[in-house]
Amino acid sequence: MQVYADNAATTKISSVALQAMMPGFEAVYGNPSSLHSVGQEAKEALEDARERVAKCLGCEPREIYFTSGGSEADNQAIISAARLGARKGKKHIISTAFEHHAVLHTLNKLEKEGFEVTLLDVKNNHNITAQQVADAIREDTCLVTVMYANNEIGSVLPIAEIGAVCKAAGVPFHTDAVQAAGHLHINVKEQNIDLLSLSGHKFHGPKGVGALYCRRGFPLVNVIDGGAQERGKRAGTENLPAIMGMAAALEDACANMDTNMAKVAAMRDKLIEGLRKIPHCALNGDAVNRLPNNVSFCFEGIEGESLLLLLDMKGVCASSGSACTSGSLDPSHVLLAIGRVHDVAHGSLRLSLSEYNTMEEMDHILTVVPEVVAYLRSISPVWRDLQTGKREYIL
Amino acid sequence: MALYSEKVMDHFTHPRNVGVIENADGVGEVGNAKCGDIMKIYLKIENDIIVDVKFETFGCGSAIASSSMATEMIKGKSIQDAMTLTNQAVAEALDGLPLHKMHCSVLAEEAIKNALKDYYDRNNIPYDASMFPDCEHCAHCE
Repeated sequence: MQVYADNAATTKISSVALQAMMPGFEAVYGNPSSLHSVGQEAKEALEDARERVAKCLGCEPREIYFTSGGSEADNQAIISAARLGARKGKKHIISTAFEHHAVLHTLNKLEKEGFEVTLLDVKNNHNITAQQVADAIREDTCLVTVMYANNEIGSVLPIAEIGAVCKAAGVPFHTDAVQAAGHLHINVKEQNIDLLSLSGHKFHGPKGVGALYCRRGFPLVNVIDGGAQERGKRAGTENLPAIMGMAAALEDACANMDTNMAKVAAMRDKLIEGLRKIPHCALNGDAVNRLPNNVSFCFEGIEGESLLLLLDMKGVCASSGSACTSGSLDPSHVLLAIGRVHDVAHGSLRLSLSEYNTMEEMDHILTVVPEVVAYLRSISPVWRDLQTGKREYIL
Repeated sequence: MALYSEKVMDHFTHPRNVGVIENADGVGEVGNAKCGDIMKIYLKIENDIIVDVKFETFGCGSAIASSSMATEMIKGKSIQDAMTLTNQAVAEALDGLPLHKMHCSVLAEEAIKNALKDYYDRNNIPYDASMFPDCEHCAHCE
């Protein structure tokens, strides 16, 4: 049995999305910028996709800009708000300590240019409150950028409340909704969101495509300069097949959201309940306000990479925030931000589900994870020290 | 391309010499949980020969494989021979390690040296302290 439980990394493309892409490769091959009929047919397909994405977010089609993915959308949203702020002498940005690197690294760059960044603490409930945002807003705040839901630990942030706080204070509000789009109900108008990023491949769409919602009237700054595509705000010939696929996938995800998420949440709850029985472990992320598909644990006394390799050999594809899997010497900044110390952050496991998973697969996961954890603990000197009292349990 | 060589995967999934030696003649532990890898080596020594060796490792796949391979390479050898084991030799015996995993083989070398140092200390055997690296202060964990 092979169980794919890494849907927060990427998802399998749906047949609906794949079928929607095919004409974009063959029949509708024109360049949407061309004046002739072949080009105009492509333009029509492009605008049709834009309309469908807009409908899913509760905005107007002209407020949707197609990008190469979530990272580009995050970069463009933040840089645009920063440039607008700088023109008004406002150079303070509010974000959180557990944002995606597409946000954090962009903020780092702006800090070097003289911006001041406040990263809200996420230790309490592994989440933030709208009050924290309200308390952090200053006269010179030019942007609040907080993720809709966390990719590693699944916490869902109080976006509508934060939107209301930002609106009242007159501060632009961006949210990185890469993990939320297609999974949670989004309405940018009701939630007072000015800028929102999403990525096609997180909801069974294709990779290499995303979208930026930008409230009408908000001045976008180009990240990619060139031709006049996307109302002049994002140059480059549109990746039409991918855009068509993403629109179809998002539409499908939104149409079936309640059914899919109820199914996924039931599997998630089964996993959380089962894995909690492993001694000396802890659930990461907000236990209540949580993505329906996210399960994240830290297991004391073991290291994440060896855990993933052994799980893979037993047919379970998962991910971890250990240093060895992050490619650096430090474990995931998200786990450190919620207060996990290095020792236990190395022993993390993320299982992220989709509606393609089954309860039988959850049973398989619940059989193999405790086995592998027990095996790795049996060869771990850290676990021995914990068991013999030479070291104190953290979890 | 696979992350690790077949040899690494073999030693990771079927580690040799895992466990503890009660009343070991030398015990060495290197690394720390903060950086995500700890290796502990137990030696049983008779007449300067390593008659038995066991290890415990908290760490990634290559850390477990490196400890397994290193214990195989010193089992039955003299303590003088064991002192000459290098991390490169461990990595080569594993058909190579990814560059960013080479420190795992360093840990294996250091864990063995640390256990030998413990043996020398316990038996009041004089030695040149410069032969033993100082794991606690190596750049890796800083």
